[in-house]
Amino acid sequence: MSVVSEDTFNSTSHFMGTNAVVQFVLQPILAFGVIFHLSMGIYLDTQNNKARSVKYAMNKPGTNSSWMSRNMKITGIMILLFLGLHFYDFWIPELNTKYIVGDMSGLNEHGGMRYFEELQHKFADPIWVILYVLSFVFLALHLLHGFQSAFQSVGFRHTKYTPIIQKLGNIYAIVVPLGFMFIAIFHYVSQL
Amino acid sequence: MSDKGMNLTLKIWRQKDAQSQGKMETYQIADISEHMSFLEMLDVLNEQLISEGQEPVAFDHDCREGICGMCSLYINGEAHGPDRGVTTCQLHMRMFNDGDTIYIEPFRAKAFPVVKDLVVDRSAFDRIQHSGGFVSVNTSGNTQDANALPIPKDDADKAFDAATCIGCGACVATCKNASAMLYVSAKVSQFALLPQGKVEAKDRVMNMVKQMDLEGFGNCTNTGACEVECPKGISLDNIARMNREYLKAAIDK
Ligand code: SF4
Ligand code: FES
Repeated sequence: MSVVSEDTFNSTSHFMGTNAVVQFVLQPILAFGVIFHLSMGIYLDTQNNKARSVKYAMNKPGTNSSWMSRNMKITGIMILLFLGLHFYDFWIPELNTKYIVGDMSGLNEHGGMRYFEELQHKFADPIWVILYVLSFVFLALHLLHGFQSAFQSVGFRHTKYTPIIQKLGNIYAIVVPLGFMFIAIFHYVSQL
Repeated sequence: MSDKGMNLTLKIWRQKDAQSQGKMETYQIADISEHMSFLEMLDVLNEQLISEGQEPVAFDHDCREGICGMCSLYINGEAHGPDRGVTTCQLHMRMFNDGDTIYIEPFRAKAFPVVKDLVVDRSAFDRIQHSGGFVSVNTSGNTQDANALPIPKDDADKAFDAATCIGCGACVATCKNASAMLYVSAKVSQFALLPQGKVEAKDRVMNMVKQMDLEGFGNCTNTGACEVECPKGISLDNIARMNREYLKAAIDK
């Protein structure tokens, strides 16, 4: 949206940031989901580490499984680090402006909408753009395994549909992060 | 066919007993025929060790024809070695080259404790099986002929495929989480697919999964490594089936 029209981005951001359903229903559900996913991940991983106390002297896991499937912890931690940064950099200042300072207007000091301007400002910094793009590489790797793995875990597997799910999952895992990367790079390049 | 007569360096896990600390030891072995099976190569090594007055290497084996599931070994970083669809007893030395170094380790899992050298205790599998891997059939003398029950060919085939699991434990050894899901799901599936197994389906899956967790196996993260290394080609379809069976049973209970 930010790529297409400044105004649409501003109004959507304002809507997302002030709408009660989004803020007080959807956002908590998402937050709960993230926390649940994270705590289950940590819990199961601790069990898994305990399940093999002595490691192999020689191991070739690459011969039977993909790197993504074996390193969900690494890609997950990278995504979490990005989330932490995103919180510190975006969420906390947002909360501060809206609920502590009490400014729900979404306006900057000149009376214009502030969202697009803030976004442009963020992506003017090449370091931030690189960090952002890298995080989405990790998200892509995480999803490449995660999407189809989720179906298997709930028992959905079918000779006809599983290959389709795997393909759709691969497309989703690449297209969505690629879209986010594009946004960052677009705004960086457009300000050069 | 000419015989290569390979000279090999073997790095083998030696451990006196369950309590002792083990370590990798290096052995040289000469003139190994490419036609030998991997276990025959170990037999040659053991004869050599005995003649030198050393303790032979303990390893599990029984049928030596790929049907009993007794042989094991983690060879050069893979369960049952580098070949596909075979057990260690069916692995041939032609898969290796003269001058190779071969790492030979026991299957590693907390639930498979080492007994001695390369021998591990896989009785955890037996306990899982005892907890639900059976059908209660009346054997009073009026037992119904199995053929009297119509079963779709597709289901019968899938049940048979699941039943080909020989309980070797390569799936556990291979899994980065030492998960036993492939084994347990094969044992659940072979019954779940047949009408005779439907009666106890819910208790079976709940109890077998419970026992699996009690034994200390890890959790499945769907890496798919087990299916690749399984000598019997047990499919991940079985794991999905068990997940379905488990969900159904858990919701109903
Ligand atoms: S599922 Fe395959 S690897 Fe696992 S115990 Fe059965 S035969 Fe062995
Ligand atoms: S010894 Fe029986 S399967 Fe290998």
